Amino acid sequence: MSWGLFENWILPGLWVTVQATVFSALLALVVSFVVGTLRTSRLWIVRFLSGAYFEIFRGASALVVIFWFAYAFPLLFGWQLVPLWAGVLALALTYGAYGSEIVRGSLAAVPEAQREAGIALSFTPMQRLRRIEIPQAWPEMVPPFNNLAIELLKGTSLISVIAVADLAFAGNVIRLSTNESAPVYTLLLVLYFLLAFSITRGMRVVERHAKRGVGKLPEKKSRSGQGDVAPAGGSTNGGGA
Amino acid sequence: MNTPNESNQPSDTGSPADSAGTGRPSAAEALGGGAPGKSRAEGRELIKFQDVTKRFGENTVLDDLCFSVDTGKHVTLIGPSGSGKTTILRLLMTLIKPDEGTITVDGEYLTHEEKNGKLVPAGDAHNRAVRKKIGMVFQQFNLFPNMKVLRNVTEAPVHVLGMDKDEAAERARGLIELVGLTEHLDKYPTQLSGGQQQRVAIARALAMRPQVLLLDEVTSALDPELVAGVLDVLRDIAHSTDITMVCVTHEMSFARDISDRVLMFDQGKIIESGSPDKIFNDPDNDRTREFLSSVH
Amino acid sequence: MNSKWNWDAVWDFMPFFWDGLILTLQALAWGTVLAFSLGLVWAIALRGPRWIAWPVIGVTEFIRNTPLLIQLFFLFYVVPEWGPTLSALVAGSIGLGLHYSTYTMEVYRAGIDGVPVGQWEAARALSMSTPHTWKAVILPQAFRRTVPALGNYVIAMLKETPLISTIGLVEMLGAARAYGVQTFNFMEPITVVGVAFIVIAYPASLLIRVLERRLATY
Repeated sequence: MSWGLFENWILPGLWVTVQATVFSALLALVVSFVVGTLRTSRLWIVRFLSGAYFEIFRGASALVVIFWFAYAFPLLFGWQLVPLWAGVLALALTYGAYGSEIVRGSLAAVPEAQREAGIALSFTPMQRLRRIEIPQAWPEMVPPFNNLAIELLKGTSLISVIAVADLAFAGNVIRLSTNESAPVYTLLLVLYFLLAFSITRGMRVVERHAKRGVGKLPEKKSRSGQGDVAPAGGSTNGGGA
Repeated sequence: MNTPNESNQPSDTGSPADSAGTGRPSAAEALGGGAPGKSRAEGRELIKFQDVTKRFGENTVLDDLCFSVDTGKHVTLIGPSGSGKTTILRLLMTLIKPDEGTITVDGEYLTHEEKNGKLVPAGDAHNRAVRKKIGMVFQQFNLFPNMKVLRNVTEAPVHVLGMDKDEAAERARGLIELVGLTEHLDKYPTQLSGGQQQRVAIARALAMRPQVLLLDEVTSALDPELVAGVLDVLRDIAHSTDITMVCVTHEMSFARDISDRVLMFDQGKIIESGSPDKIFNDPDNDRTREFLSSVH
Repeated sequence: MNSKWNWDAVWDFMPFFWDGLILTLQALAWGTVLAFSLGLVWAIALRGPRWIAWPVIGVTEFIRNTPLLIQLFFLFYVVPEWGPTLSALVAGSIGLGLHYSTYTMEVYRAGIDGVPVGQWEAARALSMSTPHTWKAVILPQAFRRTVPALGNYVIAMLKETPLISTIGLVEMLGAARAYGVQTFNFMEPITVVGVAFIVIAYPASLLIRVLERRLATY
């Protein structure tokens, strides 16, 4: 693999992967909070619709959703999305569904007494959510969001399939043009690993900050991939009992 | 499961002898051949601690400890929590190793073995061989929840001692009858009360025909009304066999009843030892007196 | 440009869909077998001495933190350079199983750690050997705790099987793409496949929730 190929494909590909990860993460975060809080609503119809969203996107395969947005969506609605945005949208909707479960679970873990205290102080439901419940639940959400962010990073490689020139796409181009696959795919694995490592590092800082915000000490170690947030999905806890 | 039979009721409140009806085997019978009989020579040192020191970090739990237990004797260790009593049982079980000193059981070194006249740390095989002489009953019972009562008792005899399955089952039935739980053979541990579970644990330990039975606060996790049933079983075993017992307990009346000797521990040392009569009625040491008045 | 939904294309696609479904389930079955068994090996190795445990941690962290897609390319394109050539189904099953073994490892680890230390001590007090303690005491209790979480990972693996279409396996998504290329009908087959995943995954996750409640206690 020559420097030229590296400069022309790998570096821009890395940049596209970073962009896709950041954009879809931000969008997924919004989806997580909106759907997650709607799922705690007192109105059954709101709970039902947001729950249905969760079940559908949790059950759907991310790659199929990406394809659907790239090929079926334009035909159905007559609106062609730029491939990068079709990918980002598909990833955000899929991973946002997993994220909504994190938000819902953490909100449910806030002690009932806190909610009652909010009611006693005559806060509106929206104020309670924003000023009392979310700030307390947030530190609990950070470690699972870290795992989810890494799953999302790995998921961005799928958009190469709809011809977005990300890292995975660059790898395939180089394999085809040089007929050598070992160096380029090894490099790709290492690059993705380093990106995942940086995310974990960054989230560690966020976690420390969040825990300090509620006067807690950060945990010594939070292992990645533990439990339920992965595309594994599942409202259930890893390990159980 | 649903037989509205009276004998199915938990029978912890009474003595197991009452619930099991007539024809119950004596402890000596149930233990069967190979168990230490009354005929065995008494007075030999079965367990010997020599200059044993154990530290956990900065904390010295046992301090240069020497004592021995003769075959067939029942020794009770008492003392405030953290005084090192449980550490002694855990050392005997080779769950932990001494930092200094040696322990022998029936003349064989524990956690050490002799090689070319020198004492070296023992391998797992050696430890397992020596440990077969020792049985233990735990505070939290530690029954295997994935096995029914009968298999809890037969598992180790079959797979460790290589006993024939039918023979092991027959012996296990005898032991389970001894502890008064015959009607619960086919239940899982979680379907039993704490007292019943502890009695199964006693049967499980006895099934290995140990020479020594270690009892680690066996009643302290039980509801008060379940304690008597467990103690009755142990009292029966203590009086009708000559299995050696080392017992850590807070049940002073039980200690008085079964012990030949009581050792009072404080801060990793034995500060007083003697007959139960002496220790409980007329202790020499002020700390002993203080401790006894605090537990009563 | 708005094109209408065409039911004829749906019926026309069905024979290809069934063939794809069979390959999807095959890859899933092999991947599951591998993920379940290899994950257990990792989890037991983690309890071993450092010179075993540390490399295992390193390898599994690497696998878990890199995309399955690239791992599939690696197995399909790189491995044949030194080793055997793998068919898409074999490479796909190995990739899926290997990737998810690093997740099932954590499930087993949690299950094993969840067995109270008293169980080890009791086994020791009965002089049971270490292999026998694992087999008769620890694993039966650990498995029970792991069943629901393992089930969730089977569903997760199901949803990743379409990735194997990128190395040429004509599973459900592969069938949809092939049909689209031939007939220029993309919308119907892709929608059918998308719905199929939801139709399979939703009842499966309901079943796991029931199992979870059932297995919570002995």
